[in-house]
Amino acid sequence: MTLVTGGPAEAEALPTLAAEPVGRRGAPAGRLVERFERGLEAPICLTWELTYACNLACVHCLSSSGRRDPRELSTDECKALIDEFERMQIFYVNIGGGEPTVRSDFWELVEYATEHHVGVKFSTNGSRITTAVAERLASSEYVDVQISLDGATSAINDAVRGKGSFDTAVTAMGRLADAGFKVSVVVTRHNVGQLDRFEELADRHGAQLRLTRLRPSGRGAAVWDELHPTAEQQRVLYDWLVVHGERVLTGDSFFHLAGYGESLPGLNLCGAGRVVCLVDPVGDVYACPFAIHDEFLAGNVRGTGGFTDVWRRSDLFTDLRRPQSAGACGSCGHYDACRGGCMAAKFFTGLPLDGPDPECVLGHGEEALTHRGGSEAPRPSPDHSLRPRHRSGPEGRGDPGDPGDSRPGAGGRVGPVAVALLPRRPDRACDESPLAAPVRGLGHTTPGADAVGRGLH
Amino acid sequence: MPPTPPVAGSPVFDGTRAWALHPQVSLRPESFGALAYHFGTRRLSFLKSRTLLVVVESLADQPSGYEACRAAGVAPTELDAYTRALAALAESGMIYQRFAS
Repeated sequence: MTLVTGGPAEAEALPTLAAEPVGRRGAPAGRLVERFERGLEAPICLTWELTYACNLACVHCLSSSGRRDPRELSTDECKALIDEFERMQIFYVNIGGGEPTVRSDFWELVEYATEHHVGVKFSTNGSRITTAVAERLASSEYVDVQISLDGATSAINDAVRGKGSFDTAVTAMGRLADAGFKVSVVVTRHNVGQLDRFEELADRHGAQLRLTRLRPSGRGAAVWDELHPTAEQQRVLYDWLVVHGERVLTGDSFFHLAGYGESLPGLNLCGAGRVVCLVDPVGDVYACPFAIHDEFLAGNVRGTGGFTDVWRRSDLFTDLRRPQSAGACGSCGHYDACRGGCMAAKFFTGLPLDGPDPECVLGHGEEALTHRGGSEAPRPSPDHSLRPRHRSGPEGRGDPGDPGDSRPGAGGRVGPVAVALLPRRPDRACDESPLAAPVRGLGHTTPGADAVGRGLH
Repeated sequence: MPPTPPVAGSPVFDGTRAWALHPQVSLRPESFGALAYHFGTRRLSFLKSRTLLVVVESLADQPSGYEACRAAGVAPTELDAYTRALAALAESGMIYQRFAS
């Protein structure tokens, strides 16, 4: 039998298992995956959104970020959580937000984590990557950075991420040449034709390209219909990944495409609550980064047993680790390949969790979407989006925009956000510029028992 | 810093030599065996048996790779599989050949 499996587990999400050979005695290749489905002692991969504050307002933001939450974990609470990660031997965390670098203690926490054997990979829009920061990153052995970019041209990128965000990202990329970094792209209907250009752009900066799937999560729920790749584009994407997959990271994002035939590199399973999870800025633990909704809330790190207890004993995670029904997909010959796809994608498009993924490559998802009937898709919650009154000019939310403009997000959802610089820290979730003065030691309303154990029950 | 690419080629794993776990590698026991993470290369490997975990942990204290296997209770019939596993770990830099003391 094969005793070691690994891979270029540049496991920003999940390590590759695709190469796992069938055991000599004919043991099924998926056996380890089945073990994973029953859960691990600790996540392989943990995403930690440090803040909901963000200076951008990307139309597809998974965490509906914008405003800082006054209940955000304090520096000390974050450090205690890192201690717990160290005890659980969580090898590294993927830090995001919001824009995580806007926290005044960001670097302090990064340093604390790496000193405590927790590696850090963080995502940023690049707005705070100064030359000094880039130099610091170049000398940090256990810190990796990825720049988010959703178009290989400013027109396509800025339509999703806001005016000027392409230039900001590219400037940061120039500064990071010595540090090494990743360029992280959410594949959309409008940028799927730019895959080669993304790769060239990454190559030119000595960076590695990472592609992830657009999810109907957070604000993404509102734009998914118009932004998700069409069926034809899914096929183009799959073919491209088959050719380029070894050089490109995907965070196991596209396992729903496995039904086309050849498995793509990755674990090819839904890791929610089994091998991955998300800790949000106020310490809420969700099954995965794409499932910020009460239905997938397992508990809070401020609870008595801390994160460890939520991971190992929460009702929700225990449930997710039970064998899942293939449901409507049970009779499909491709179920073993795609495992029914992404739970969050189904949930936020209003599809049953035991049916096809909305982007099922056989078209069953599209069919299911058509027959959803009148049932409303669940609304993402909570929403930290900046309030419209703080937006100025024609980009403000609610502005009808140019009806003739068919670019993604056209119609007023997109654009840089004008934010007021408040001299004092806010008492409530507010629209203060996340780039303004540090917010520290905010009062912590412990969510207590009501936030713990809420899940699918 | 970007992850260091794994060494090109396939370093031969010689079970008669002395080996050790790379100092930048951390092992986390799991029900199926263990996870091994290399902080330098960012590579993750799955050790698919608890016995293999014992073997890998004891490499530094045993005069050879084979001795580590024998001491951990690996049966002669299983030695091939364990040799392949150790070779895979050597190839990805998780373990390295040391000079026996």
